[in-house]
Amino acid sequence: MTSDYIKQKLTEKFGEQVIGFEESYGMMTFESPKDINLKVLNFLFDSEDLKFRFLTDLCAVHYPDQKGREIAVVYHLHNLEDNVRLRFKVFADINKPDVYTATGLFSSANWMERETYDFYGVNFIGHPNLKRILNVDEMDYFPMRKEFPLEDQSRIDKDDEMFGRGGTLGFGTEKTDHGTLIEADKNNIGGEIV
Amino acid sequence: MSEQHIKLPEGSIEKTTTTLNLGPTHPATHGVMQNILELDGERIVSTEQTIGYIHRAFEKIAERRPLYQITPLTDRLNYCSAPLNNMGWHLTCEKLLGVKTPKRVDYLRIIIMELSRISDHLICNSIVGVDSGAYTGFLYVMQYRELIYEIYEEICGSRLTTNIGRIGGFERNFNDIAFQKIEKFLKEYPVVQKEFENLFTRNRIFMERTIGAGPISAERALNYGFTGPNLRAAGVDYDVRTQNPYSSYEDFDFKVPVGTTGDCYDRFLVRNEEIWQSLSLIEQAYKKVQEFKGAEAEIYHADVPEYYLPEKKDVYTKMEALIWHFKIIMGEIDMPAGEVYQSVEGANGEVGFYLVSDGGRTPYRLHFRRPCFIYYQAFEELTKGAMLSDAIIVMSSLNLIAGEMDA
Repeated sequence: MTSDYIKQKLTEKFGEQVIGFEESYGMMTFESPKDINLKVLNFLFDSEDLKFRFLTDLCAVHYPDQKGREIAVVYHLHNLEDNVRLRFKVFADINKPDVYTATGLFSSANWMERETYDFYGVNFIGHPNLKRILNVDEMDYFPMRKEFPLEDQSRIDKDDEMFGRGGTLGFGTEKTDHGTLIEADKNNIGGEIV
Repeated sequence: MSEQHIKLPEGSIEKTTTTLNLGPTHPATHGVMQNILELDGERIVSTEQTIGYIHRAFEKIAERRPLYQITPLTDRLNYCSAPLNNMGWHLTCEKLLGVKTPKRVDYLRIIIMELSRISDHLICNSIVGVDSGAYTGFLYVMQYRELIYEIYEEICGSRLTTNIGRIGGFERNFNDIAFQKIEKFLKEYPVVQKEFENLFTRNRIFMERTIGAGPISAERALNYGFTGPNLRAAGVDYDVRTQNPYSSYEDFDFKVPVGTTGDCYDRFLVRNEEIWQSLSLIEQAYKKVQEFKGAEAEIYHADVPEYYLPEKKDVYTKMEALIWHFKIIMGEIDMPAGEVYQSVEGANGEVGFYLVSDGGRTPYRLHFRRPCFIYYQAFEELTKGAMLSDAIIVMSSLNLIAGEMDA
């Protein structure tokens, strides 16, 4: 089974709605509007010659620059009989990240969707038990989103002598053109992602 | 005494089931995870799992690290077979960067991967023994896990979290002691494995404890995303090594054992047979490695200076190595943009790496497919209606590793 054949099958069924076909490092990738994600998954599952019946992986990616389609939910599917893999994406608005759950089709999607919710806040509609799985229940944000950068290693407003920042060793307190480094850095915190 | 004297929580008189908290630090969970069992007498009515106690946000941390610094993170996923994760990660990077490894590197990698598969399986199987009351096997095989760890030590200098290999190959060639130890292992271990099997396989107590405990059909196992020995025990011959060969597995001759019922006994048998297959793979790979003579026998990495971190002694003595070292460490070399999914057959199943790169030196997004995390959700279905003691043995025979589950 070739990518062209799968593409042809999908276009026959969904027409203009399935777009963005590309072959990335040997795996066919395409996307669809999020409203028909279940229809596409069902079609791939049920179709007699496609048989994508194994959900390898489900996760999300955050693209803050793509307005209106910031959150991508990525499904990796596998046809075990013919040994073909497929990547399928749907994009959602970060202000309303509602995507239909795949738990009806794959039992394995249960925890994977909970994980995706936990880290990206994707609201899987119809999920039987959509609550946090790896983080604490009290957490009130979605930590894998890009607006939460990891701590900048060169940050010097913290007094942490043993690891070379601040403290009495004088690191980072030298005068520069912009005043002290500490002041310069304070304006920078939480800003740029390297 | 009536209710007027003792205030009991509402509904506790009418309640006919017992709630039992198994974990997160119960010795039988073999890791930090919690199971809340609802018991009717000794029968399990329902279970609820809580995980995430050792979640370390590896996926987030990886977004700020260059590729070679992510290898130590993968060590800490399934720490019983860290080299398998390391190799999976190197293969992912190599796929993205378009690095082709020489045959000798592939074969050396296979030796390491199969050794770690053995070390993982023998821990899992002997723990199943411990949980069914037979401690001897566990202590006995520990000696040989130690030997495997010594082999790692010769190659990379560490034992548990190995950080073994680099993008493009290994950090140094295998020394003679490493080969001697591999030879010793190949010679001595089969006898031990045979003895271990004699202890368990037809042991009546062991059979009665494990046969029929936690069975799953092939269809349900697939639906639950099972991979690896747990899926094969249910009768599906899916193995990444044969389906999507990586690291020259296609050059080797080995069998994929399958079970029928998917219960604890089948999982035990499948793992044992995989140990034999791994031994044969190591032997074949060892022979192939010995066939390389002269300059070829010195190859232990691909010739890709822009990605391969040079050996330290070269960095101190050679100009070119110093330049490349500097370029790699200071992050002057960007990786290509693209999306890669690469998986390897880990000890628990398909360990996958989904790497999204937008150029630059760190991944834009990295997702680990952790087999443990995916199949642990079937635990309720596996143990519903079973006895409490079955729950323990199902847990150990699924080989649940908290590090892999929580990432």
